[in-house]
Amino acid sequence: MDLIERANKEAVRRMLAGDPVLVDVIPAEQAIPTLGERMILHAGPPIDWARMCGPMRGAVTGVACFEGWTANLEAAAEQAAAGAFALHPNHHFDAVGPMTGITTRSQPVMVVENRAFGNRAYCTINEGLGKVMRFGGNDEEVLNRLRWLRDDFGPAMGAALREMGGIPLKSLVARGLTMGDEMHQRNVACSGLTLRHLAPALARVTQDRDALARALAFIGGNDQFFLNIAMALGKAIMDPVRGIEGSSVVTAMARNGTDFGIRVSGTGDTWFTAPVEMPEGLYFPGFSAADANPDMGDSTIVETIGLGGFAMGAAPAVAGFVGAGAASEAGNFTRTMAEITLGENPEWTIPALDYFGVPTGIDIRLVVETGLAPTINTGIAHKEPGIGQVGAGVVRAPLACFREALLAFAETLGVL
Amino acid sequence: MDGSTMSDDIGKTLLNTPPKVVNLGLESFALELSQQGVAVVHVDWTPPAGGDPALADLLSKLGA
Amino acid sequence: MSGLVINEVRRGFYLDSVALMRLSRGIAERDGVEEAALMMGTPANKRIMDDAGLLTATGQAAEGGDLVIGIRADSHARAKEVLQEALSELDKPAGHGGAAVQWRPRTTRAALKQAPDSNLALISVPGDFAAAEARKALRRGLHVMMFSDNVSLAAEVALKQEAKTLGRLVMGPDCGTAIINGVPLAFANAVPRGSVGLIGASGTGLQEVSCLIAQGGGGLSHAIGVGGRDLKEEVGGMTTLMALDALDADPGTKHIVLISKPPAAGVAARLLERIGASGKSFTICFIGASDLTLPANARSVDTLKAAAEDALGGVALGVGFDPVMMAARAPAGRGAVWGLFTGGTLCAEAQVIFQAAGQVVASNAPIPGASPLDPGGSGHQLIDLGADEFTRGRPHPMIDPTVRDDALVEALASSRVGVILLDVVVGFGAHADPAGHLAPVLTAHRRADGPVVIASVTGTDADPQGRTAQAAKLEAAGVMVAPTNADAATLALACLGCVPGRDPTNRSA
Repeated sequence: MDLIERANKEAVRRMLAGDPVLVDVIPAEQAIPTLGERMILHAGPPIDWARMCGPMRGAVTGVACFEGWTANLEAAAEQAAAGAFALHPNHHFDAVGPMTGITTRSQPVMVVENRAFGNRAYCTINEGLGKVMRFGGNDEEVLNRLRWLRDDFGPAMGAALREMGGIPLKSLVARGLTMGDEMHQRNVACSGLTLRHLAPALARVTQDRDALARALAFIGGNDQFFLNIAMALGKAIMDPVRGIEGSSVVTAMARNGTDFGIRVSGTGDTWFTAPVEMPEGLYFPGFSAADANPDMGDSTIVETIGLGGFAMGAAPAVAGFVGAGAASEAGNFTRTMAEITLGENPEWTIPALDYFGVPTGIDIRLVVETGLAPTINTGIAHKEPGIGQVGAGVVRAPLACFREALLAFAETLGVL
Repeated sequence: MDGSTMSDDIGKTLLNTPPKVVNLGLESFALELSQQGVAVVHVDWTPPAGGDPALADLLSKLGA
Repeated sequence: MSGLVINEVRRGFYLDSVALMRLSRGIAERDGVEEAALMMGTPANKRIMDDAGLLTATGQAAEGGDLVIGIRADSHARAKEVLQEALSELDKPAGHGGAAVQWRPRTTRAALKQAPDSNLALISVPGDFAAAEARKALRRGLHVMMFSDNVSLAAEVALKQEAKTLGRLVMGPDCGTAIINGVPLAFANAVPRGSVGLIGASGTGLQEVSCLIAQGGGGLSHAIGVGGRDLKEEVGGMTTLMALDALDADPGTKHIVLISKPPAAGVAARLLERIGASGKSFTICFIGASDLTLPANARSVDTLKAAAEDALGGVALGVGFDPVMMAARAPAGRGAVWGLFTGGTLCAEAQVIFQAAGQVVASNAPIPGASPLDPGGSGHQLIDLGADEFTRGRPHPMIDPTVRDDALVEALASSRVGVILLDVVVGFGAHADPAGHLAPVLTAHRRADGPVVIASVTGTDADPQGRTAQAAKLEAAGVMVAPTNADAATLALACLGCVPGRDPTNRSA
């Protein structure tokens, strides 16, 4: 059908035309004026407390304490169960969040502006590894880090970005791909590049030398610092692709630890969901697959734009997370994902694959036809609240939501 | 398209060049071709749409 | 945390965290080990190790650039042992590069990204899916050879119509054989290049004629298969006509041979009209057809052998083969001929020979004038074991010769059977050693007064199996080997004392 081909061409054009720039860090309530008291944004498609997985519950109760809505975790859980908090997906508020993806009004969010289309997308600041809220951590240490991010680091980073006029991200990602990052599980290079850009401006806007040192050390000590930037970038690129009549391109993939959801351009903002799958991965000492929570987070937005599992060929080390996958097989993941995408990104290329562009524009028709589910690189949270990350691995998107989306898509075109 | 143009087409694109093959199905065909030095890409084929004929039919209507 | 923990720190030793996690898993799975980890000594990692009960003061002292090995085992001695193993793993040279598994596309679309200059799709997927794959290939500009069968007639017509408008050739469905520019595709033989072009609705017909042309010193420009139904009224010979146009225009083709079952009358008329418009000469072999009115540039033959001889400009094949003399060396046969063929057109050709000798013949694939198979009957039975009823859900007997075994054993034991007539088809696509499979079956089940076994080998010495080598294996097993399938049928009749009728010769125009 010509309509579909035209619509998809336009979708890919918009994706490739995107010009994301990291411009600011501001409190979430400023970025998202409708984000009010006792309102909690979470990762993935909509979900209520009753169906929430352990780590997401842990993050909800933790953030309720952090925001001062409850005195302790137990009270928070009781109130959550009683429906005291309004729970909504990040995606409904121009935002994304990794793993549990919890976003509330006073948390600082990074702002990525898509200068080609004028839209903005938001994501919280990556807390680092180990016991952190995005993996369901909620003890004092976790909350104290969040307070520091809110009171010190966030404002400083925002000031630095405003001072320097923002960081263009498209070329930064391109460099990161040539340095071994795939922007989901591996952000070492991009985090370093960001630090290089940010350090002089941070130094200019920070009076206190110790505060500056701590801020620099925080970025420098967190290999995943760039992940949340990549996610906001992904959201900023994909939002202008939403709602193109006749387009079968996936505009979002997101998981809440219970359901995996996708949105498709031609079917507007409807979520098509299926139960999430378990990642296959490697575990930190002391943990095993028995401890793992199913797949979770909005971070799959990076796969949606052709990074993460789709750019595995750029990051051979990550391929080792899949079973007995050899580093030399990393490129096969990328080539396989090119079977379900409409094109390749000429600006984001992978040297080891002879500068093959990352596969761009997931077409639900191709996913259903080939039976090849998007490959997602992911962290793994403990299934109980309050524990945190226990490993990392690779997971497949469930095919059922693509089939469901295809049927609805066909219906919009009167083909069913 | 008249007959002569068509046969020119087939002549130019099939008969006048060594075949370069995309093989779907029996892998032995691809192996024998590559052993003879013929350019062949073997497709790791599985039934489209997981072998669901209704879905495959829908896909064909959607131009996949 | 009952076990004994030991730590070892390697200063300034960096290894990627994923590699370390994989190593850790391997170490932790060893006997007597409760838990193990190899991690860079960053504060966050040391925390994780501490929480897992894997950190001692030694590891605590490590820094971010140091590697910490922590092992908790059921005894100190075991922990030390495993530590040594871990250290030697670390020092082991990395695996050699270049062992990457080759990537395989999953769709034609992806295959064409990898090899954009491809020009032909060879499709042998199950029939239910073959038409869809063919359509995708056509729309991406490829010519198509459909080996797949069980494709509906309606789908075939639609595909060929689309191909026609696209200027692309659809060989098949159910096209077993083609040779394009000297490249054998699917079931085909290694034959020399030459100036004869073949068009055939039948795979084994193309194979026999191309091999006999090679045997007679000739060669082929191309052999184009069209599929068994192309000359039906519904399909209207679309592919045959396109192939005719193409070979007519092909400067490398001087003479064209057309091989098929008798076409529908309307289709035959169109074909003969097109042939008449060509400046090239033609041999027409419509197996089992009654007399045709031919244009001046065409001659009609009854058998594949005669087709090859005509294409060779009248060269006689099988010179020196004397069926009567050869039959005299065999014990005098009684009873009927059972033909067990793997090639459908070879079965049809044998029926032609039998009919020409005035013999009544029955077949599961009867040519005009032959009768349907009668399992209890005492007459000659020529069976096509490649027919749909034998191959549904199992491999073709040319791929899997065991498909013929049961019938062969039955024939060897039957008192009604005087002669067993076999074909052995070799070449690309075929079983690696069909004669080598037949020989022990024959040896094991042959009776002293049992049937005579006669065979021919369709193939060339350039084929992987080697025609001469296959014939030798058959002869060693007591099989009388004839130079052509037609000669084998003639010999079968001679063995029964049926004086073969005139060798069916050209009914020239």
